[in-house]
Amino acid sequence: MPASGQASATSLPIGSDADLAWVRQQVRQCAAQLGFGLVQQTKVVTAASELARNTLVHGGGGRVEITPLDDGRTRGLRMRFTDEGPGIRDLDLAMTDGWTSGGGLGLGLSGAKRLVHEFAVDTEPGRGTTVTAVAWVTPVPSSRTGVG
Amino acid sequence: MDVPEQAAAGSAPQRVSGFFERRREQIAQRWADAPLFRSVFTVSRDEAVEACKAVVDALSDVTATGRIEDIGAPGFATVRRQLGGMAATRARTGCTSAQIADEVAALRGPAVELLREEFPDPSTADAHESVLALTLVMSTLRLVVMETALTEGADLIERQRQQLLEVATPVIKLWEGTVAVPLIGTLDSARSQVVMESLLEAIVDQRARYAILDITGVPTVDSLVAQHLMKTVAAARLMGAECIVSGIRPAIAQTIVQLGIDLGTVVTRASLADALAYALGRQGIEVSRADAGASAR
Amino acid sequence: MSQPFPASPQVPVLALGDILLVTLQGELHDGMAEQLQQDLTHRIAASSVTGVVIDISGVEIVDSFLGRVLAEIASTAGLLAARTVLAGMRPAVAITLVELGLTLPGLVTALDVDRAMELLSPREA
Repeated sequence: MPASGQASATSLPIGSDADLAWVRQQVRQCAAQLGFGLVQQTKVVTAASELARNTLVHGGGGRVEITPLDDGRTRGLRMRFTDEGPGIRDLDLAMTDGWTSGGGLGLGLSGAKRLVHEFAVDTEPGRGTTVTAVAWVTPVPSSRTGVG
Repeated sequence: MDVPEQAAAGSAPQRVSGFFERRREQIAQRWADAPLFRSVFTVSRDEAVEACKAVVDALSDVTATGRIEDIGAPGFATVRRQLGGMAATRARTGCTSAQIADEVAALRGPAVELLREEFPDPSTADAHESVLALTLVMSTLRLVVMETALTEGADLIERQRQQLLEVATPVIKLWEGTVAVPLIGTLDSARSQVVMESLLEAIVDQRARYAILDITGVPTVDSLVAQHLMKTVAAARLMGAECIVSGIRPAIAQTIVQLGIDLGTVVTRASLADALAYALGRQGIEVSRADAGASAR
Repeated sequence: MSQPFPASPQVPVLALGDILLVTLQGELHDGMAEQLQQDLTHRIAASSVTGVVIDISGVEIVDSFLGRVLAEIASTAGLLAARTVLAGMRPAVAITLVELGLTLPGLVTALDVDRAMELLSPREA
C-alpha cells in the first residue's frame, strides 16, 4: 500500500471474493482522501464493486488500476478494470438493465455507468475487456455536464 | 523588442527595479488616487497607500529578476494576494473583469510619468528601454490581475451556487414522525440531489415514518422532474419511510397525464394539508376541535 | 493494515422468540452473503420462525449482488411463511441503490430494528 494515494496509481489484482472487498476498501480510502462526500464515496465504491465483480465473474479475473486525478479545478478518481477474458459480444445488450445475465448481475455495467461521470468500455471478443470509469469530486454530480 | 531573459546589472529591468525602490512613496501616493485603489479603500487613504506600496515592492522584486513577462514570477505572488482580493471585491460590486483590467492598465500612466522624470533627456536609448521594460511589467501585472479576478469570480459563483442550494431546501418537521420539504422553483438535477439528501438525512434524524414532498411552488413538472421525484420516493422507501407528493396543481396533473408519466405507486395529494392528514391518519392520529364535545351538547 | 480482513466467517443471527435478527456489518464477502442465505433458509424451515429482521445500519455499501441476496432471502422466507423486514438502510446507500436501478420492490423496510420488530409484531400483522 502506498503511503499516500496522491498522484500515484495503485494497481490491485482481482481474483477472488476477498480481492473484491480489498478493492472496495482501497477505492473508498482513495475517494475519501480526494475529498469525495459520503454519498459520492458510496456511489464510487458501489460502482467499483459492480465493475470488479464483472471482471471476476465474466472476465475470469484481472486487475484494477486506481488513479487520482486533478484537472486544476476539480479532483477525481479513475478506475480502470482490465481482464483477458472472452470479451463482450453484444455490448449494447450488456449495457441494458436486466436481472438475468451471468448469475443475476445484470445491473453491473449499466448500473455502474449511472454512478460515475465518465464511463467507457473497450472490448473485443476473445481479447478481453477494459472498463474505465471516472468520478469527479462535485457536491452535485451533474454540474460538470452543465457548467463544463 | 529586445528584452534579455536574464537581466545583467544595469539592464533596463534592473534600472526599473531601482526606480521602483527609489520612488516607492511617490508611486504609491499617485496610485492610491487611481480608481482601482480608491474604489476599494473608500474609508482610509493610508490603507490604500500601504496596499500600493506592497504592489510596488512586488514589482521591484519581479523587475530585479528580469522576468518581466512571466506571470509565474515569484514576485507576482504578493500581487495575486493583494490585487486578487481587491479585484474580487470589485467583482462583487458588479464590476466586469474588463473594467478591472482597465483600472489596472490605468496604473501605468502615473508610473511612466515618474520614470520619464528620471531621465533628463527622454530620447536616449536608456530612457526608451526603461520605459519599455516598465510598460511590459505593467502589462504582465494586468494579466496577473485578470487571471486572479477570473479565478476568484468562478470560485465566488460556485460558493454562491452552493449556498443557494442549501438555503433553498429546508426540511420541516410537521409532526412527530412526519417531515416535509416545500419545493420552490425549478428542480434541476443538482437541486433534486440536494433535496433527496437532505430529506433522507431528516428522515434519519427525526425517525420520520412519513416524508412529504410539496411541489406547489414548482412551476412545471416534466418527465425529468418526475423521475427525480420518483427516485426520492424510492430511496425513502428503501430506508423505511413513506413519501407523499403533494401540491399537484390541476395544470400539472394534466401535464403528467398528457406526458404519459407513470408516477406508479407514489402516494399523491392535492395539498400539503391533505398530505399531512394522510400521514397522521396512517399513524392513527386524529385531529379534532378542542370544543367539539362542548358544542355538541 | 497488512492483514486487511479480520476473519469473520459468519454473520451473527440472533433468535428473539420466533423472530430472527440478522446484523450485517462492514465488509461482507460474496461468499459470506451466500452462506447467510443458506443458513437462514435452513433455520426458518427447521423452526417456527415467523419473521426475519435484517439490520443493515452498519453496512456502508449495497451493490447489486448483495441487493439480490437480500431480495432472495425475503422471497425464500416468504415461501416458508416468514416475513422479512430490511432495517436501517443508510441514506447514502439508499440513494446509490436507486441510482443503480435497484429499488427492491418486494422488500418491506423499516427505519431501525425497533420499527422492524413493531412491524412484525402480531398487533401490526
